[in-house]
Amino acid sequence: MTVRGLCFAHGERKIFDGVDLRIARGKVTAIMGPSGTGKTTLLRLIGGQLRPTAGTVTVDGQDVHQLSREKLFQLRKRMGMLFQSGALLTDLSVFDNVAFPLREHTDLPESMIRHLVLMKLEAVGLRGAHGLMPRELSGGMGRRVALARAIALDPMMILYDEPFTGQDPITMGVLVQLIRKLNDSLKLTSVIVSHDVKETSAIADYIYVLSGGKVVGEGSPEALGRTSSPWVRQFLQGLPDGPVPFHYPAPDFLGDLLGGGSP
Amino acid sequence: MPVGGLEVDDPGEGDLRWLLKGDWTTRAIPAFEPAPPAPSRRPVRVTVHAGGLTALDTGGALLLQRLVDGLGGAGVQVGVTGLAPAHQRLLELVRSRSAAAGSPVPPPAPEPRLEALGRQVWRHLAEGWALLGFIGETTSVLARAAVRPARFRWRALLATLQSAGVEAVPIISLLAFLIGVVVAYQGGVQLRAYGANVYVVDLVILMVLRELAPMIAAIIVAGRTGSAFTAQIGSMKVHEEVDALRTIGIDPVELLVAPRVVGLVLALPLLTVLAGLMGVAGGMAMAAGQLGVGFHDFLQRAPQAGTLSSFLVGMSKAPVFAAIVATVGCFQGFRVGMGADSVGRHTTMSVVQAIFLIIVADAAFSVLFGWMGV
Repeated sequence: MTVRGLCFAHGERKIFDGVDLRIARGKVTAIMGPSGTGKTTLLRLIGGQLRPTAGTVTVDGQDVHQLSREKLFQLRKRMGMLFQSGALLTDLSVFDNVAFPLREHTDLPESMIRHLVLMKLEAVGLRGAHGLMPRELSGGMGRRVALARAIALDPMMILYDEPFTGQDPITMGVLVQLIRKLNDSLKLTSVIVSHDVKETSAIADYIYVLSGGKVVGEGSPEALGRTSSPWVRQFLQGLPDGPVPFHYPAPDFLGDLLGGGSP
Repeated sequence: MPVGGLEVDDPGEGDLRWLLKGDWTTRAIPAFEPAPPAPSRRPVRVTVHAGGLTALDTGGALLLQRLVDGLGGAGVQVGVTGLAPAHQRLLELVRSRSAAAGSPVPPPAPEPRLEALGRQVWRHLAEGWALLGFIGETTSVLARAAVRPARFRWRALLATLQSAGVEAVPIISLLAFLIGVVVAYQGGVQLRAYGANVYVVDLVILMVLRELAPMIAAIIVAGRTGSAFTAQIGSMKVHEEVDALRTIGIDPVELLVAPRVVGLVLALPLLTVLAGLMGVAGGMAMAAGQLGVGFHDFLQRAPQAGTLSSFLVGMSKAPVFAAIVATVGCFQGFRVGMGADSVGRHTTMSVVQAIFLIIVADAAFSVLFGWMGV
């Protein structure tokens, strides 16, 4: 997958200004950056839910934003996505959630679906929880079920949106291992969007660091660790002040007086 | 809590001594502000003795700094002594930050009326445009479903029929019956004055079948089903479930909207028939009880009262009203943004918009049927 010269603006605010990424097949690639740099927006652009103002996103040789609706939906079936909240369908059980994509997109007999679903749940260690409803799961379990759903159709690629946020250390460890294991055993291509430096560095093969709508650093975790870029250093080491200022920019007094800002 | 204070000691010759006492904290300040008492003559030098200070926080430090700056601005020499090291550091911190904070930002000027009106109009136009787009999208999904019925969500349709149709039967029956009673009673009083009791039949049938039954049914459905559509889809939107559907490769309009629209378009006409029957029943009961028009007379008179045409006119409105309620309900559900408050806001908007559009459509129907002379 390649992203070339991607630009995107939200109203007046530029979110991406010429982002180039190359995501290698079969590898775990992480896209990191502080909150508010539009990491989730980037995933939406890749998934074709948003349209860039300039630039292209090519997945498996196809330009995502030139595809017809049918083709786009076909492509999405091959791209699993894991949301921050898990996004399980609340009125379906764990089993039915994982079975949902299979029932929707295949005509497999029910016994076959049952086997496949239990297999996927086993892979994330939650076969015993197949009868539960999503509200009965903890946050980490919900994400694992969502992961099982994302791999239900054996996609070629999975996009993870902040998979580690707000999890306890044990759950984080489980998720880190699962992502690596699934990537290697299912021959997936994984893209992780995250700001959890330690966990992400532990599994990523290649890391892109985004800030201010641009790629400010890239490389393997080791290479990034030796970087001289003050920005990347601040981000990786979690320093409070540096190229990213501690203070939110305050409005210009005169501009405020003249009512130039948004109401 | 020793209340803070400021004592002024005046040994003469323009030298003043300010003695700070007690707590200078945000909560204690209101007790002694405004300070200090104006000296009788202009001092030359002021020495602030902070030895008696028992507590200082940012609020107290800011007040102290302002007092000192005020004196300095008036050309008075100021010295501070006896500050504890911790208080000293706090005072310096406040001084450095209050310089950075600059002048207080004034509240934004209220938007000029004309601009506010313009924005409002623009917002409504944009909303209308988006609704139009949504109607188009839904129509194209329905057209595709008509070609390939196997793709249609029959189970979701049945669920909609159950929740929007069957479960609405008691409330609609009751309300329609009461409306019939009210119409017969209010009209009957007038008719009795002219001895034209039997025309209560015409009145009830015309009013109930032609206008009130479709309207009441649609408004109740907008309140209990349209709002539910918005809340269901909206909460799915908040939990990223709608996005999840898209990534699984399922069109949310096909899964969530199409069965709801079709379900309501089937359910509301049936509910309208029920509302008509119950309304007429209410009118009959009232006519028999108060106006001496028995059931037999009522039913005998009914065919001459234009029952069939009133019924058909009323029924022709029901599917349109249903489409309005379902489309607006789902549309508002998809407009929900981030956060739970957004669900509530859009649910309210869904009901208000649906009822507004129902009444507009009803007015349009009246004009249309007027032209056609029905």
